[in-house]
Amino acid sequence: MSEDAVIEANGLTKTYGQAVAVDHVSFSVGRGEIFGLLGPNGAGKTTTILMMLGLTDISGGDVRVLGFNPAREPLSVKRRVGYLPDTVGFYDNLTAADNLRYTARLIGFRLAEREKRIAEALDRVGLADVAEKRVGTFSRGMRQRLGLAEILMKGAQIAILDEPTSGLDPHATSELLGIIRGFKAEGVSVLLSSHLLERVQSVCDRVALFSAGKIALIGTVPELGRQVLGGGYVVDIEADGAGLAERLALIPGVSGVEKTGIGKLRLHADRDVRPEAAVEVVAMQGRLKFLGVQEPSLEAIYTRYFEALPDEAVTEGTRHAA
Amino acid sequence: MQREGSAFQGLGVVMLKELSDHLTSVRMRVLEWLVVLIALAALYGAIQQIKDTTAEDPFLFLRLFTTSRDPLPSFVSFLSFLVPLMAIGLGFDAINGEHNRRTLSRILAQPIYRDALLFGKFLAGLVTLSISLVTLWLLVVGLGLLLIGIPPGAEEIARSFVFLLVTIVYAGVWLALALLFSILFRSAATAALITLGIWLVVTFIWPVLAGAVAQIIVPPDPRYMALGLQTPGTAELEQILARFSPSTLFAEVVVALLDPTTRALGPIYLSQLQGAVLGAPLPLASSVLIAWPQIVAMIATAILLFVAGYVVFQRQEVRA
Repeated sequence: MSEDAVIEANGLTKTYGQAVAVDHVSFSVGRGEIFGLLGPNGAGKTTTILMMLGLTDISGGDVRVLGFNPAREPLSVKRRVGYLPDTVGFYDNLTAADNLRYTARLIGFRLAEREKRIAEALDRVGLADVAEKRVGTFSRGMRQRLGLAEILMKGAQIAILDEPTSGLDPHATSELLGIIRGFKAEGVSVLLSSHLLERVQSVCDRVALFSAGKIALIGTVPELGRQVLGGGYVVDIEADGAGLAERLALIPGVSGVEKTGIGKLRLHADRDVRPEAAVEVVAMQGRLKFLGVQEPSLEAIYTRYFEALPDEAVTEGTRHAA
Repeated sequence: MQREGSAFQGLGVVMLKELSDHLTSVRMRVLEWLVVLIALAALYGAIQQIKDTTAEDPFLFLRLFTTSRDPLPSFVSFLSFLVPLMAIGLGFDAINGEHNRRTLSRILAQPIYRDALLFGKFLAGLVTLSISLVTLWLLVVGLGLLLIGIPPGAEEIARSFVFLLVTIVYAGVWLALALLFSILFRSAATAALITLGIWLVVTFIWPVLAGAVAQIIVPPDPRYMALGLQTPGTAELEQILARFSPSTLFAEVVVALLDPTTRALGPIYLSQLQGAVLGAPLPLASSVLIAWPQIVAMIATAILLFVAGYVVFQRQEVRA
């Protein structure tokens, strides 16, 4: 893992006077991986990102981005990393292409290469036909896509996206997530932060849950599910038949059956018991209308995890850290 | 700890972009027209006045800048309050504008240092002001040639050219101040109002206040008052205090440069004038020498204000 890591943070800490914004955070992002930093607003995600880019001082700990130290070698980091800030802004009086031209000149691309890269990038994000329109007329989704075009044009090895989907309508969100998946396909590592769990779950390989400046949990979504939700499977059945609940309860591995509605049952089991459940229903000549297993959702993991922590423990922890 | 690479990487790119923004902005166009129209009015007044007076003057051309005709002030007095306005107009939203458009973190995520952004913006403002002032200067010289009909001498051209340079320095002071407040205040309106407030205080209120403060600290001597003279101690203190305002400094430099007969910028004793041919013009080098402390003070003020802004900007959080 560590040989192939493009970002490695070790005990990364940021304090503002007495307040601790980021508290000994450690994680690593592998090459070509989509890594999600998830957590409520103010949990320290943006601060962590800014420290990785050398845009804010690091109070303690260490971070390496592509082997560079962002505090010492910010230019090397920033040349190789693309950043899409939270609610990205462009110069409204300039056209989309001119905005990218400015960035390209700051990066130092030569004229011919500049134009080629800009045209390609705008094409990739579907903004080629509005390249010569002023950004002032752009919708929020288009601005976000232009921000991704900037990262594409830069030829970044890592894309850091801060809340890329916040404030977008569902259509724009899925377009954006499509482009983000495209990054992965090209071997670009993606680090994205979000408080919108459901959407992010669909693209992230691994996630880190932030809470009050600390990483509470880290791993793939199924891993987290096992950790937090206790590894149980939940199978929903919609079928009719008298005494069905009792028979289903006898299936080996099923720990409990609950009625969730008329003709609706929910099984809690330590494995996927769908085949056995189906056999039982059919054996009773019942009519099976629905049978499904619940994937562990980030939302459920998140809610369960933070519910489990009493409020006092959380504030207590912060106070100690401060 | 040595930083990697040059602090000026991207400086040229930032400067050119800001320059093109300034030159194409509506704000700049309005300011330029304001300056040109007012300058023409002042110039017209001066020319009328010069034509009316037939007295011989070896520096007739310089009179173009300093002569006024009621109700208009002279070209120089117009410039001394329009130049700060232009500089403030160009600088008050330099950094907070980037914050508010949320472009700052995106631009700083490119391989440049903050130094390049700040310095590029300052240079672009200064170049814009220089372009306007040079244009204005050429306009005045050209119109003077056409309307008076007497070609200016080399000395006069040299003096007015040094005056042009000093005006650009003066503009730099106000640009640096506007830039500082654009860093300190997140709201562009607040920054603009505070900078304008400071300009008003420093230009119009401070010179009056300096006299009052000087009289409190060094009360005038009744013996001098009986003779209707200023007490030397009070007058000296008043001048020292007044010189804290860049407007005072600029006014003094202008007097020394555009009026070649100026021999000193402070109170002098009669004994110091012994042997002097009153009314005889000084050579340019001597005039510059008289105003040199003021010129250096203005350059130093501009640098200090810029450095203050630089230090604050380096430590500022980029997140919106």
